[in-house]
Amino acid sequence: MSGAFTKSMARNIFYGGTVFFFLLFLALSFDTHSQLPKRDMRQNITPQIAEGKKLWEVNNCIGCHTLMGEGAYFAPELGNVVVRYGDEGVKAFIQSRPKDGIPGRRSMPQFNFTDEQLNAIVAFLKHVNSINDANWPPNDQG
Amino acid sequence: MQYKSQAVAKPYFIAAIGLFVGQILFGLILGLQYVLGDFLFPAIPFNVARMVHTNLLIVWLLFGFMGGAYYMIPEESETELFSPKLALALFWIFLVAGALTIVGYLAVPYATLAELTGNNLLETMGREFLEQPLPTKLGIVVVALAFLFNITMTVLKGKKTSISIVLLLGLWGLAVFFLFSFYNPVNVVLDKFFWWWTVHLWVEGVWELILGSFLAFVLIKTTGVDREVIEKWLYVIVTLTLITGIIGTGHHYFWIGTPEYWQWWGSIFSALEPIPFFAMTVFAFNMVNRRRREHPNKAAVLWALGTGVMAFLGAGVWGFLHTLAPVNYYTHGTQITAAHGHMAFYGAYAMVNLMMISYAMPILRGRAANGNKSQVLEMWSFWLMTVAMVFITLFLTAAGILQVWLQRVSDTPLPFMVAQEKIQLFYWMREWAGVAFLIGLILYIASFFAGGDEKEAA
Repeated sequence: MSGAFTKSMARNIFYGGTVFFFLLFLALSFDTHSQLPKRDMRQNITPQIAEGKKLWEVNNCIGCHTLMGEGAYFAPELGNVVVRYGDEGVKAFIQSRPKDGIPGRRSMPQFNFTDEQLNAIVAFLKHVNSINDANWPPNDQG
Repeated sequence: MQYKSQAVAKPYFIAAIGLFVGQILFGLILGLQYVLGDFLFPAIPFNVARMVHTNLLIVWLLFGFMGGAYYMIPEESETELFSPKLALALFWIFLVAGALTIVGYLAVPYATLAELTGNNLLETMGREFLEQPLPTKLGIVVVALAFLFNITMTVLKGKKTSISIVLLLGLWGLAVFFLFSFYNPVNVVLDKFFWWWTVHLWVEGVWELILGSFLAFVLIKTTGVDREVIEKWLYVIVTLTLITGIIGTGHHYFWIGTPEYWQWWGSIFSALEPIPFFAMTVFAFNMVNRRRREHPNKAAVLWALGTGVMAFLGAGVWGFLHTLAPVNYYTHGTQITAAHGHMAFYGAYAMVNLMMISYAMPILRGRAANGNKSQVLEMWSFWLMTVAMVFITLFLTAAGILQVWLQRVSDTPLPFMVAQEKIQLFYWMREWAGVAFLIGLILYIASFFAGGDEKEAA
């Protein structure tokens, strides 16, 4: 930081650099949006999947689980849970949670979902599993 | 203090510390639930406790940022705050809204809370860190805008220093990027893509501007080094922050359905993200070494040096550890992420707020610095909390490495819960380190009541 490098030079680099890299970020984001339709399987999103996503959100599933690796790390990854358990296995697991938990073990709440709601959740999780996410997770255990 | 209206910072600081205590207590509950799975179940399930833990963190940091701004801006602008009354009214609005939100989380099931608070009108809830009900989110926007109005008007009517400008950019960025929390499309990839525009561009973007400007302010005050020098450094640091951090968002776009080129952009730019933190550390030590005065508040200087070092370790080194795409493929969404999150938030944002409080609070209480007894206690709390956080991070890192190995790398990958049981020992050690952190926090609070020979008003 010699005397030749002044505060106003530093300031100009700050504004110039920030604007440049923010515009570059916008350009990359724009390009991503043009590519996403080929990867995010949006054409398959049905009202049932939308309902499943809503149930996922209003029950705060992300507060324990991860979905495509994002969320809490208390309970298993669910982006590929349909691969591990199958549709019926997922539903049976959710339905069979004891109201007061399992003594000494991490316990999932009993949400008392209807069959329709369970189908919606599974439809959502199957949809997430179908997204092209660069082959993540590394194996079926999530 | 130099300006009467700086006094509005005091309730903000007190609230911040109170909420910080709540955050740590819920952290201990969570840590216990990691090893005693059904602890407090079904009264407080893990997801509820976690929501309280992370939301209290966000809220106390925001209280700290606002308090810090109310303290700093009048002094930088050399004028009274535009409206101290507005600042005080916003304090109560924000505190009550925050408290009601936490009570809501704890009192009713989350789905009921969503139903009651109009989530059907605009579905924004149930996404990590952005779990707040719609009225709370709207409240945050209103409070943020009114706060920004107050601060901006103060700067406009007074002197416009570089430190103020950087702070304003950080705070306006905070408000603007929060708006993405209202965008929740049914397409989960788009949802996740823009969720990061709030979360990443906050903590690895605009919040660092707030951090840098607070640090610069306290260094000017405590070292007496020439403002020109410090502000030049500040610009260099925030430049490095944004040119690495903005594209660095790409390290969250590896595995969520976004194109593969993000693995290159994200890896390269986020690998550079430690540089601004390293610069911050060098900056803090350099300025303290070149000090032209011996400020009586040794504790504040310790926090200033500490925040640089710990932010570099937590955000910089522990971030780099798992940010390269080939590594992240295995570590994504494991205890490695948790380890990084804990040290980064503590080092960068908890500590910078504690630094500001440490510097400003004695002055708000009518003295240049606290007495020796109080400062010694505060420095003990610094070391206890900081060392405890280092151990929390190390134990979580060990747990994370084992988790990655057992569940993802090994030839016979174990199911999640089986792997978790095998690494319990590290979760127990993390919990004990958490207890040490709480003891540090109790000492910190005790230091406010230690009394002793107060240094005269400056």
